[in-house]
Amino acid sequence: MLIQIPPRSHCPSSEITPESVYLSRRRFLGVAGTALGAAALPAWALADDAPRYPGVEPGRPPAWFAQKLPDTRWQAVEAPGEAITPYRDASHYNNFYEFGPDKGDPAANAGQLPTEPWTVRIDGEVGKPGQYALEDLIRPHALEERIYRLRCVEAWSMVIPWLGLPLADLLTRVEPTGKARYVAFETLVDPEHMPGQRSHFALLDWPYREGLRIDEAMHPLTLLAVGMYGRVLPNQNGAPLRLVVPWKYGFKSIKSIVRISLTEQQPYATWNRRAPGEYGFYANVNPGVDHPRWTQKRERRLPSSLFSPNLRDTLPFNGYAEEVAGLYAGMDLTRDY
Amino acid sequence: MKHPFWRCGVFVAALLPPPYWLYQAWTFALGPDPGKVLLERLGQGSLVLLLLTLCLTPLQRATHWSGWALVRRQLGLWCFAYACLHLSVYLLVVLGLDFALLGDELRKRPYILVGALAWCSLLPLALTSNRFSMRRLGRRWKQLHRLAYAALGLGLLHMLWIVRSDLGQWTLYGVWALLLLALRLPGVGRRLGRGRAAS
Repeated sequence: MLIQIPPRSHCPSSEITPESVYLSRRRFLGVAGTALGAAALPAWALADDAPRYPGVEPGRPPAWFAQKLPDTRWQAVEAPGEAITPYRDASHYNNFYEFGPDKGDPAANAGQLPTEPWTVRIDGEVGKPGQYALEDLIRPHALEERIYRLRCVEAWSMVIPWLGLPLADLLTRVEPTGKARYVAFETLVDPEHMPGQRSHFALLDWPYREGLRIDEAMHPLTLLAVGMYGRVLPNQNGAPLRLVVPWKYGFKSIKSIVRISLTEQQPYATWNRRAPGEYGFYANVNPGVDHPRWTQKRERRLPSSLFSPNLRDTLPFNGYAEEVAGLYAGMDLTRDY
Repeated sequence: MKHPFWRCGVFVAALLPPPYWLYQAWTFALGPDPGKVLLERLGQGSLVLLLLTLCLTPLQRATHWSGWALVRRQLGLWCFAYACLHLSVYLLVVLGLDFALLGDELRKRPYILVGALAWCSLLPLALTSNRFSMRRLGRRWKQLHRLAYAALGLGLLHMLWIVRSDLGQWTLYGVWALLLLALRLPGVGRRLGRGRAAS
């Protein structure tokens, strides 16, 4: 077998610009011209309520969020070659079982959830435990926009521009002790505003809980999001604070977080405990390990339509293998799925 | 033809939902994953039509209206038609017409197999729903058409296997099916029959 070791300076074939993209440069130049024109406008002309993405409802951002926007690093992480999912789809097709079992339920039922003020309890193996107001947690950090692929365990996927900060930055501030080996997260319990928590037929137990190994939590790709599409998070997407771990199935990216605990033992994870044969603790996106009830080899990139389902191959670690595969060196990922 | 309006009404009511859903998919009213929504609606539609079909005999016994039995074959065939559409959408949207994958899925995933079996138990019922077959099969026709109960059980199991987090809808169908089966217990059935004798 011929093993080619390309020199580092060689451009991998995956980075060769497809002809269609190359040919679209004229369109790009046109758009760039408009953007340049826009950039030349004074800042006040780009009012906060001018959406950065088409079709975005402005939402009602709290003051601390609005203050963060001018210093935000836009497009700090991009998803080259990926089309961003329309805002309407990303905000109206959600799994957030606290608000009901159907994809449309969260958008229909989450509107009344009070998200301001919001307190996050940080405890366990940390030097600075306590009840933190969300704005105090966010204040010292600049927000950045990261465009990530989101792969749901149900074999559909989207591309979403999140706004947030690396979880590592926040964890470092609360000073994990030497014993901290895992990070546990908990979602709000509020049956009054969360109809799914009142359902007698729900198969999940509340609060929803998730966890990461500390090295996964500290990985620079792991994001704590407070916004998306240039605005504050819509309630149905996990306002006001959610996790985004782009190389894992979506259910790991826990929403509406009220508690972050650093622990010595592997924490409870809701889906994993509900059906350990179907949902692993790691839940890394892996086309080689099927969900027992459906294949994970492929995914439907949304929006899909009836006659072009937009099926595509699922990539190991959701396409982030280069960055994160090292975290799992020596592990058998078919066993620790 | 007896009760023509009733029979036409049932026909139209059963015919309209799939084209309406297609229209909704066309106009993006089903959200970003229309195939999945269509798949679920057709599957549940088929189940509901089977449950409705099985309601007709008890209804006839209880009310003595001849109209119920007149739409039984029709509803049964609609149930099969929805099941066929459900299967087609699965092949198109989930498998992307990759038939090699179908073998793989049938082998690995019991709920797909159970769904396929449910469809297979509806198939002979649809094929023998004509008068010629009824005459030809005689007494065995009735025995054969007890397969409808197998299809109901398999269909419910198929759906139960897919439920991820909330059993509400499934419980509704399950209770409905249990009621229908209870009405067919010998003791209960006789009581319904006696109701007729007394009136």
